[in-house]
Parts: sequence; C-alpha cells; structure tokens
Amino acid sequence: MVVDKHGSPLLAEENISPDTRHGVILYVEDVSVSFDGFKALNDLSLYINDGELRCLIGANGAGKTTLMDVITGKTRPDVGKVNFGQQVNLLDMDETQIARAGIGRKFQKPTVFEMLTVFENLELSLAGDKGIWTNLFHKLSGEQKDEIGKILETIGLTKECHMLAGALSHGQKQWLEIGMLLAAKPRLLLVDEPVAGMTAQETERTAELLTSLAGEHSVVVVEHDMAFVRSIARKVTVLHQGSVLAEGSMSEIQANPEVVRVYLGEETGAA
Amino acid sequence: MIPDSIQSLFSNKAFKTLGSLPVVVGCLFIATLYVSICNLAFPADSALHVSTYTVTLFGKYLCYALLALAVDLVWGYCGILSLGHGAFFALGGYAMGMYLMRQIGDRGVYGNPELPDFMVFLNWDSLPWYWAGSDSFIWMILMVLAGPGLLAYIFGSMAFRSRVSGVYLSIMTQAVTYALMLAFFRNEMGFGGNNGLTDFKDILGFSLQSDTTRVALFALTALFLALGFAVCHFIVNSKMGRVVTAIRDSENRVRFIGYKPEHYKVWIFVVSAMLAGIAGAMYVPQVGIINPGEFSPLNSIEMVVWVAIGGRGSLYGAIIGALVVSYAKTRFTAIMPEAWLYALGGLFVLVTLLLPKGIAGFVPALIEKLSHSKQTKSVSNKTTSEVK
Repeated sequence: MVVDKHGSPLLAEENISPDTRHGVILYVEDVSVSFDGFKALNDLSLYINDGELRCLIGANGAGKTTLMDVITGKTRPDVGKVNFGQQVNLLDMDETQIARAGIGRKFQKPTVFEMLTVFENLELSLAGDKGIWTNLFHKLSGEQKDEIGKILETIGLTKECHMLAGALSHGQKQWLEIGMLLAAKPRLLLVDEPVAGMTAQETERTAELLTSLAGEHSVVVVEHDMAFVRSIARKVTVLHQGSVLAEGSMSEIQANPEVVRVYLGEETGAA
Repeated sequence: MIPDSIQSLFSNKAFKTLGSLPVVVGCLFIATLYVSICNLAFPADSALHVSTYTVTLFGKYLCYALLALAVDLVWGYCGILSLGHGAFFALGGYAMGMYLMRQIGDRGVYGNPELPDFMVFLNWDSLPWYWAGSDSFIWMILMVLAGPGLLAYIFGSMAFRSRVSGVYLSIMTQAVTYALMLAFFRNEMGFGGNNGLTDFKDILGFSLQSDTTRVALFALTALFLALGFAVCHFIVNSKMGRVVTAIRDSENRVRFIGYKPEHYKVWIFVVSAMLAGIAGAMYVPQVGIINPGEFSPLNSIEMVVWVAIGGRGSLYGAIIGALVVSYAKTRFTAIMPEAWLYALGGLFVLVTLLLPKGIAGFVPALIEKLSHSKQTKSVSNKTTSEVK
C-alpha cells in the first residue's frame, strides 16, 4: 500500500496498513538520538517480527523509553530509519497518525481518563473515525458494544464497567490501558513497564494477558522485573547505552558474559 | 415510611435530573414569563409589579449566565483556563454596538446621517472600511459570531498547535484581552475610543427606551441562554464531549489513541467564543453602552470566579454561579462599593477551600448526606420544602 503523505490527513491515514510480507512488522535501522550531546540512542537497529512477543530490557538510561518515543513519533531521531511494515515510514508521521496506523502505546505510568467510566474509556479508544463532526453525532452500534464487552472480558473488568476509571486500583488501571490499546485494533503494541507496582497475583494475570495477545498482535514489552520477563519472554533484546547489546532467548541472554557484566550482574550484585 | 420516600427522592439519579435539559429550560421559561407578565400586565403601583429597571438588570444577569456557560465549556470540560473570555464578550458587544450606532442616523448630536458622532468629532469624512455593512442587521448577526469566532480560531490554532497549555495559556489569553483593551482605547481605532459606543436609540425600529422592547430583549436573552444551554448540553453529552473531557484528564493518552487534541481544543474554543459573543451582543442594547472597559482583565477573571463558585464542569452550576455572584455584586456595590472586590476575593477563596465542586457539587452532596443519615422528620421535611 502506498502512503501519500501529502494527501489529506483526514482521509489518507485510515487506510494505512503495514506490509508484512517479509514477516517483519517493525524495522528500526541505524537510529541515533542525542539530547544536548548525550547519545540516548546510538546507531540502534532492531527488527520486530509480526506476531511475536519481545521483551526489551536494559539498565536505566539504556534508551528503552527513548526508543518507544521514536517509534510513536514523540521524538525525532537525528539519523536512521523507522518503518512500519516494509513501506510505511513512521518518521513522516505524527503521534496521531502513527496511532491510527496501528501502533498502540501504554505509558509507564498508567494513563486512563479518570473522570470517565471504564466503558467510556474503551468507547473512545475504539478504532474508527476520530474526527470532530462524526463524534458529535456518534452513536455506539451493537457491534461496537459487543466489542467493548469482549475487551472487558479479556482484561477482566466486566464488573467494573460503569465505575469511574479514577476509582480503579493501580493494577486495574494498567489493564484498562492495555484494553484501550486493544480497542484501537493495533498491529503492534508497545507496553512500557506493565507490572510496575503490581502485586504478585496481578503480575501473573498480566503475564497471561500479554502472552495471549501475542500472535494476533505483535507485542513489545519494556520491563525491569526480571522474573516477569523470564515468565513471558520468548525472545529478549538487551539495550545498553543506546544500542543493542545482545538478542536471543532468555537462557542465551543469561549465558552471555557481556550481559551478565553490564546488566544481570548489577542486579545480582545489588540483591 | 418517610425516610424511604425521601431517600428515593434524593437518590443520586434524581439529582442528575436537577441539571437536565427540561428542568433548566423550564425554570428559565417560567421565570422569564413571570417577570415579563409582572412588568407588562401590572400597573407600577401594584405590589406584583416588577420595574423595568429590574427586568433589564435580570437581562444583564442572563447575559452573564450565558457567558459563564461559555467559560465553563472550555474550562470545566476541556481544562483550558481562559482568562480572556471578556475579549470575546466585548467583541460581540462591539459588533452589536456598531449596528446600533448606525441606527441612530441623523438623530445624533451633530446630525450627520452617515457618520456616528465620535467620527464627526474626530473630523473624519467617511466611514472606515471595517464599518462597511454595519447598518445591516444580518451583517451584525454575522459579525457577532464571526468576530469572536475568528479571534478564537486564530489564537487557538496557534496556541494549541504549539502545545501551549496550563498557566502559560492562561497568561496569553489575559495578554490578548489586555492588548485589545489598549487598542480599543485609542481613538484612531475607530470604535469610539475611551467612551466606546453609546447613545443608542432603537433596534429594528423599536425604541430601546420602551418597556416592551426591554422585556422583549430580556426574553430574547433568556431564549439564547436556553439555546446555549441546549447546545452545550448536547456537546458535553456526545462522544465528542467525552473526547474533550478525556483531553482535560490526559491529553497525551488522547493523542496516542489517534485523536488530534488540538483540533478538538480549537473547535470547543471557537464554539465557546461564539457563545460569549452572543452574550455580549445581548448585553449591549440592555445596558446601552459598550466601551473598552469590557476588555479589562478583571472582568475576565470575574467570569472564572462565577464558574468556580457555581461548579466547574457543571453547566447549570455555571449559570447559578453567574446569577448568584452578579446579584451579590449588585447588592454589595449598593451598600459598600469599595468592599466588593474583597468580598469577591473572599468568596473565591472560601469556595475553593470548602466547596471544590462549587454550589452545584455541594447541594447534592449535602442532601445525599441528609437523606442517608437517619434524620428526624423535621429536618427531612425542611429539605423537601427547600428543594421545592
């Protein structure tokens, strides 16, 4: 599919869909970002396959969040290429267009609309026309209600449907935010620290939720909690000082002497 | 027996209806009808007579209520604290004032059929280009909407697109209205300078001094307030309104689920500015003057105080806030003019500290408390009669 970046922003973007014939949904190639001389990302390359669940780990300042910012259009890289599928160039698009193209992002701090109900939070997140006039006269169709019902079930908030999102517990807010991403029918989910501050039980449920999403969606999880990463990851990418240090299965990573030195070593050393 | 019925009467759901469309429009209609009949049907010496002065005063309050609605729409629902809504109000007022000026015709002091008095006084020999069309009623209506709307669009597009928000935005809105005030004070601007526009004679051929015109203007203001309420009610209860509320709570989340928050903000800002413009246009023929003082930052801050006191994020709260504070102002400035600003400031501080949700948030909470705790019969009866 060809994207006309000069076309009307209101018409063109709904049609964007990534070309994943080569099995790769996200190409990040040779990306560098620097803030006031500090290299947050240094010549970083990363490929995410369609339908995979990938974990990104790395110490503080390794560039995990900056990488998310680059993919979602919040930060522009100095050099490099970021493509969604083969042909959609994300660097030409702003946050809104990227979201509409099918990349959902969960923030580090749970971010939901606290003064709206859980149901309304999901309603706003549904895929569809995001223009003003359509929404002024918009009525939910039966299909859309079913869809919201299904998502509520997936994230386990059916009972809390009519509660204000602000009244949810921390863990429930995290799930609601994931639900909001799902409602937008994204191809790629970027999930930043989903289990920070969760109880062991909540963490377990989140792990189940994320693994169930992989396949239909591609999921990239940034997480500090090594036990959690161990429980969900099939493939792990380790970032260090703005570039990829190692990539592989959890056991490969753990055996990698470099990784042990810079990251896992620190963890065990601290513990 | 009684506690049960009271409880159901004041259940949360019942209270939501207090601010519902039919209730607000109905109250407004009954009050307008009552005041109009009491003015027109009863002779001046009757106990039921409402003086024309009072009618006009009420008309002024209703203009303020519409203005408060406009402020609440952007501040209460979209989180844009505008400290410059007085500019939109004044622009609407000036559009109306220009039309009324042209209606004076050759009855002015200088008897010039074409030029308003102040232009003759300045030795101008023709109307400036921007006064063209100002003698047309239709053009006036257009300008009442387009003037404030355009300013809001230009300002909003620039500010929201560059993602200016919070206190910086508030200061900018304040600066805009202050700059406009200084500009309108200048005689060369062609809007009557310091004195503004005044000495109006009639509107659409009806004398502005006659009782029936005054009552009609009052009733019309009530109608516009009702329409304004209906429009705002529709907007905030639509999905669009929920997007706007969502922007207030977390603009970034809205952006990352695929909306363009800046488009929504500009849109709601323009709608609000137009409502403020209508309020200004209805205000001018009733008070008989529009001058640059209406642009003063203090006015704009007072509007925000109305909304804070009435209940931010509640449409009927905004109306109540404007009415209560304006009435208090009339009373207070008659007794102790110099103390009014202290009283207003004190009221604002008290409400912010004690009633964060304003009157509209306080009354339901109080009644719920009363109906839930086991109260004596007399207290329950008292609340029922108060509500009635």
